[in-house]
Amino acid sequence: MTTLTPWDKVQLARHPQRPHTLDYVRALCEDFVELHGDRRFGEDPAVVGGLARFDGQTVMIVGHQKGKDTRENVRRNFGMPRPEGYRKALRLFQHAEKFGMPLLCFIDTPGADPSMESEERGQAEAIAENIMVMAGLRVPIIATVIGEGGSGGALAIGVGDRLLMLEHTTYSVASPEATAAILWRDASKAPDAARVMRITAQDLLELGIADAIIPEPSGGAHTDPEAATAALGAALREHLAELRQLKTEELLDRRYQKYRSIGKFQERQRASLAVSANGQGLVFP
Amino acid sequence: MKDLFRRGPKRFTPAARDNGQDIPDNMWVKCPSCGDLTYVKQLNDNLKVCKCGHHMRLSAREWLGILDAGSFIEEDAELAPVDPLGFVSAKDNYAEKLRTAQKNTGLNDSLIAGRATIDGHPVQVTISEFGFIGGSMGSVYGEKFARAVERAVELGYPLLTITSTGGARQHEGVLSLMQMAKTNMALTRLAAARLPHIALLVDPCYAGVLASYASVADVIIAEPGANIGFAGRRVIEQTIRQKLPAHFQTAEFLLEHGMVDMVVPRAELRTTLAKLLRLYKREPDRARAAAPAFEEHAVLKA
Repeated sequence: MTTLTPWDKVQLARHPQRPHTLDYVRALCEDFVELHGDRRFGEDPAVVGGLARFDGQTVMIVGHQKGKDTRENVRRNFGMPRPEGYRKALRLFQHAEKFGMPLLCFIDTPGADPSMESEERGQAEAIAENIMVMAGLRVPIIATVIGEGGSGGALAIGVGDRLLMLEHTTYSVASPEATAAILWRDASKAPDAARVMRITAQDLLELGIADAIIPEPSGGAHTDPEAATAALGAALREHLAELRQLKTEELLDRRYQKYRSIGKFQERQRASLAVSANGQGLVFP
Repeated sequence: MKDLFRRGPKRFTPAARDNGQDIPDNMWVKCPSCGDLTYVKQLNDNLKVCKCGHHMRLSAREWLGILDAGSFIEEDAELAPVDPLGFVSAKDNYAEKLRTAQKNTGLNDSLIAGRATIDGHPVQVTISEFGFIGGSMGSVYGEKFARAVERAVELGYPLLTITSTGGARQHEGVLSLMQMAKTNMALTRLAAARLPHIALLVDPCYAGVLASYASVADVIIAEPGANIGFAGRRVIEQTIRQKLPAHFQTAEFLLEHGMVDMVVPRAELRTTLAKLLRLYKREPDRARAAAPAFEEHAVLKA
């Protein structure tokens, strides 16, 4: 393939025939039993999860799920979870921890559902709580981006000991369209945003955020799902084997350091102090 | 998104006052809510709350007044941003944007961190500055936050966060996104140390920051009328193609929907915080007794 631009990558990551979570899970795992509901409010088809057998052990699967056609996409809200979807994921994280099962998460979402109902049910809290719980979860976690990594909506099931990305996937703080709209008031500038924002798997590896890139068959995963599945399976087996060697405390320490060290800044010689000696505050009673 | 950046009356540029100059008493300020005019001095005496009840935005420096006078010791002020993506486009240059924001606010970035006391109780504090690129969270914000939390754990202090933000800083891309994980990661250690996190959400408080540390606090306080939410109002309106009710995403709306613990008028905040800190204060015996029971529990709630 000729060199792909970031915008080309975005199109590939969003390709409608691209394999989704359930495709990979059914191909890679035996005995997959899907679990439903958040036990609080409802069942969100945008998030799927359950128990499965992978590489000779029981694992917990959680992933975003898009649809194969328009009808299914509407049912699955295009892979955009509502709070109940994140709370189902939360329940499954805790279930995995209770039984000592490694957690395999599959990321493929345009972002969290931006509706009135989702706001009413606490979308921000659902995402925040998931990130918090994943941060301290006492089992190995591997998060793999298989399509689009849509911002906080992705991160809410994406805080892993390892972050893997299929070759033609993206992970961004906002979609290129949203970035173009926010920064330049022109959503049609999305291809420029895609380039400037550094959202491809290669960018994330260079930035030290993704731990590995999983190669896709030439033309993209959708052109040869079997080969894509095989590559994904091999990567998961490799990383899972490494993580399982670690004692829990070591695992948590390393996870802490992974996220603790993300960010680029400098230290200035002359500090820009917020306050002069006298302070500037208003007088609160 | 545009209405997030609606500034207060043009005359008010709180950060510009830091050279100690007196604001002339004969300046009027127009309330963005009711349109009434109030003398600056009168408004300041009322903590910039209009007679109608509208709580105007404060700068981070103005928020320092909620702490015991002279108690605030700033930390990590030397941390400064860089341009990790080399973010330059036809209309937007991050390096330039930073220089402008730094010049306007006198701060290196959008978060002030340090320690202080409130009614004698020690606290670790972080305060965001909305005037600095919308109080957005980038690498420096996340790093300062993580260090503040680690210090709190080291010193055994509670954490008070005062947050006003548009969310993650676009110009640092996925590095900003990951600060959501970094801040929450640090908070797991605060939780393990049984130290409380009290979050004060002020107008506006949105997106990736609300969806990380601000929503996992032990106590969440919001100011009256503050706009707080995950998705921007305009984004939702575009998605559903209808106008949203005015009440939507206000502090009161969040209280009704179970997302904040209380809505507290600005004049009562300091008293409320002092009361909470008194309640959380650990007697030595209570601390020893509390710890073992929790070790067994699989999941630590923040």
